[in-house]
Amino acid sequence: MLGTGLLQGLAVTAKNLVGSFHDPERYVTMEYPEVKTKLPENYRNFPFLVHDDPKDPLGSLRCVACTICETECPPQCIYIVMDRDEKGKALKRPKVFDIDISVCMSCQICVEVCPFDAIKMDQHYEIAETNRFQGLLLSREQLSKSNAYYHQLHPTEAAAVDALLAEQKAKQAAAKAAKAAPAAKPPAPAAPAANPPPPPAPSAEAPKPPTPPAP
Amino acid sequence: MTTVLLCLALFTVAAAAVAMAMRNLIHSALLLVASWAGIAAFYLWAGAEFVAFAQLLVYVGAISMVVLFAVLLTRHSRLDFDREPETRGRVRLALFTGGAVCGVLVAAVLGTAPSSVPAAVPSLTVRQLGLALMGPHAASLLAVGVVLTVALLGGVVLAASARHSDPEDAP
Amino acid sequence: MSLPGQLSVLFPLASGLGASSPLAAVLPASDSALERLPLTLRGLLTGWLPASWQWLANSLIAIVVLIVAFASLFALLTLAERKILGRVQNRPGPNRAPLPFLNLRTYGLAQPVADGVKMLTKEDIVPDGADRVLHFLAPIALLAFSILTLAVIPYGRLLVALDLDASVLFFFAAGAATELAVFMAGWASRNKYSLLAAMRALAQLISYELPLLLSVVPVVLMAGSLSTSVIVERQGEWWLGFLPRWYVFTPWGLAGFLVFFVASLAESNRSPFDLPEAESELIAGHLTEYSGFKYALFFMAEYFGMCALCGMAVTLFLGGWQAPLPFLSFIPSYLWFAGKLLALLGVFMWIRASFPRLRIDQLTRLAWKFLVPLALINLGTTAFWSLTADWAGLLQPLRWLIAAGLIAGPFLLLGRNLSKGLGPRTYRYAA
Repeated sequence: MLGTGLLQGLAVTAKNLVGSFHDPERYVTMEYPEVKTKLPENYRNFPFLVHDDPKDPLGSLRCVACTICETECPPQCIYIVMDRDEKGKALKRPKVFDIDISVCMSCQICVEVCPFDAIKMDQHYEIAETNRFQGLLLSREQLSKSNAYYHQLHPTEAAAVDALLAEQKAKQAAAKAAKAAPAAKPPAPAAPAANPPPPPAPSAEAPKPPTPPAP
Repeated sequence: MTTVLLCLALFTVAAAAVAMAMRNLIHSALLLVASWAGIAAFYLWAGAEFVAFAQLLVYVGAISMVVLFAVLLTRHSRLDFDREPETRGRVRLALFTGGAVCGVLVAAVLGTAPSSVPAAVPSLTVRQLGLALMGPHAASLLAVGVVLTVALLGGVVLAASARHSDPEDAP
Repeated sequence: MSLPGQLSVLFPLASGLGASSPLAAVLPASDSALERLPLTLRGLLTGWLPASWQWLANSLIAIVVLIVAFASLFALLTLAERKILGRVQNRPGPNRAPLPFLNLRTYGLAQPVADGVKMLTKEDIVPDGADRVLHFLAPIALLAFSILTLAVIPYGRLLVALDLDASVLFFFAAGAATELAVFMAGWASRNKYSLLAAMRALAQLISYELPLLLSVVPVVLMAGSLSTSVIVERQGEWWLGFLPRWYVFTPWGLAGFLVFFVASLAESNRSPFDLPEAESELIAGHLTEYSGFKYALFFMAEYFGMCALCGMAVTLFLGGWQAPLPFLSFIPSYLWFAGKLLALLGVFMWIRASFPRLRIDQLTRLAWKFLVPLALINLGTTAFWSLTADWAGLLQPLRWLIAAGLIAGPFLLLGRNLSKGLGPRTYRYAA
């Protein structure tokens, strides 16, 4: 009969109208700037640098400035300068670590290639800035976030990484104790860039063991 | 009282006159509508509410649309306005028709004796009007109805026969 | 003769302006003070004037009250509409506009103010080569005619600004004149799309004028009057002592109400018949070249027209200001009218939230193939109802049955014809 379909449609909208006052299922809109949705754990946008000691965010960066990520980054938005002391000796930490997030495409390749679990994906999405260039060029200070923050964003992934790092540390300590001899430090990461993690680390990151950057 | 009548008459006639003088057809049509509205106001002044509103409803609401649609849907060019009548016969015919209408109107005006004493305003309600239309004047009402129906049917026939089978129009 | 006295002679109907005094005698003495409140207030304001000036003052008060009341209703309706649409779509609707100087959010109550400020401060653009005079006149004419239609609706027992003998006709005459304004807007914009949209709007308005008028004729037939106040009075009786005898509670009244309601949706350019200004498809039709306050005037006229049509529907079919049950009569009549009006406006919004827009051919088909025949059949049914008014006893249910059959049968047949070929869609390749 003519009109029954219309009545059905009206019933649907009426249900929504009434339901929006008491049923959270029917009132899904969030008042955005005040209330934010809980992002899914796997959501990722833009990398950040993990540090271990909240009191010293820059000194305790896991990054050793090996520049693997810089080389691998497809849009080339990472810029790293290694810190050196007066004699020119590498200090295994970045002096400059910039990511231009106006260029970054959140491909996560830097995270995949990092042998030190030093760079991880953030969930940063409010990237509106008043300044077109400086505002979107994140420096080392802005990028450095604590391990706790990482745990907050991606709990399972962070737990796995922590376990892995602890295992590595334990193995390292065991190896050190077994040899009881001072292990020769690698000369400089610049030349082969091969051996930041000592031998016991082979099965750490599955696909890519630290390989020298492509020429 | 007469002042108001004069103002209304002036407005109605002036609107009609300007409508004739306008070069823009749409402006002419809108002024014609204004003139009809003036006539409706005249009826209102004369106390014939029902007729006034009917005039407004029919002329301002409906006939004006017909006129506007006709103006917009017909092809016209600026040259049409200055064209001389093609034959003398047409001029004569036009003068005759116009003169006949004018003569009837003038005869009607002159034939009505001007009453110096204002007649008592008959207060006709809509009900009385309806009874009058359905009673004594039923025949004329029927005639009007038949004419309008024939016009409507004619319009339908014209519109239906004008349809050509354009493959583009097929649903 | 003083000026107002002269004026009242000029137009005999002027004596009916502003809730005229002859009606006041009708007011039962038992009425509560609340019921008399508007008249008492008006008496306080104009009572000290000489009698010849009093009706002028009364009319002015009526005009001012009407315009102020409906302008504020318009402001609230815009907000309510957006709120309701939002709720239907699982969102809160506008809720951020703070009160001026207070920075206090009150569920978006200040949104109309913000809209008004926005509209007023926008640039008023007239296209190059447009007909400036007509472009300027169109919104004003539209608004003026819309306000005129508000004059004849009885808002309460004695609250009708213009109590005419032929007020229903006046209502539709003023309503029909709005079409002219729509055409003026479309033509004066010097924009092909505006002009085409205006002509489409005209086609729609004229098509739906017919069922609108035809659905009113039965009411006029049964009430025996074209006066809105008389029509409301006629609906004031009770069946079995407590059931309201509104016209909508009869077979012909229900059909007439439905036809009137659908036609008034189309007449006021409301969704699902908002083809003239389909914002999402047609760049707002005849309003394309309007901006700033002229656009706001159009918007206002649309809402005024909607209020007027709803008010007319309430007056004609839903018993006007009558209370639905006898013991509820202690609530003043104007509150009943306001309640019914708001409810009907709510249904307008509900429908807007529910249905997709019609196509132009569907629109005209609905008018000519369904509404007009149904209204004509309804007219015949009403004639039957009127002729069998003296049937009593067992014949009374028979009368109801016959009338209902006379409506329902054609409704089913016409509905089937209308939706022929529109059945549940089958997909050949999709699941």
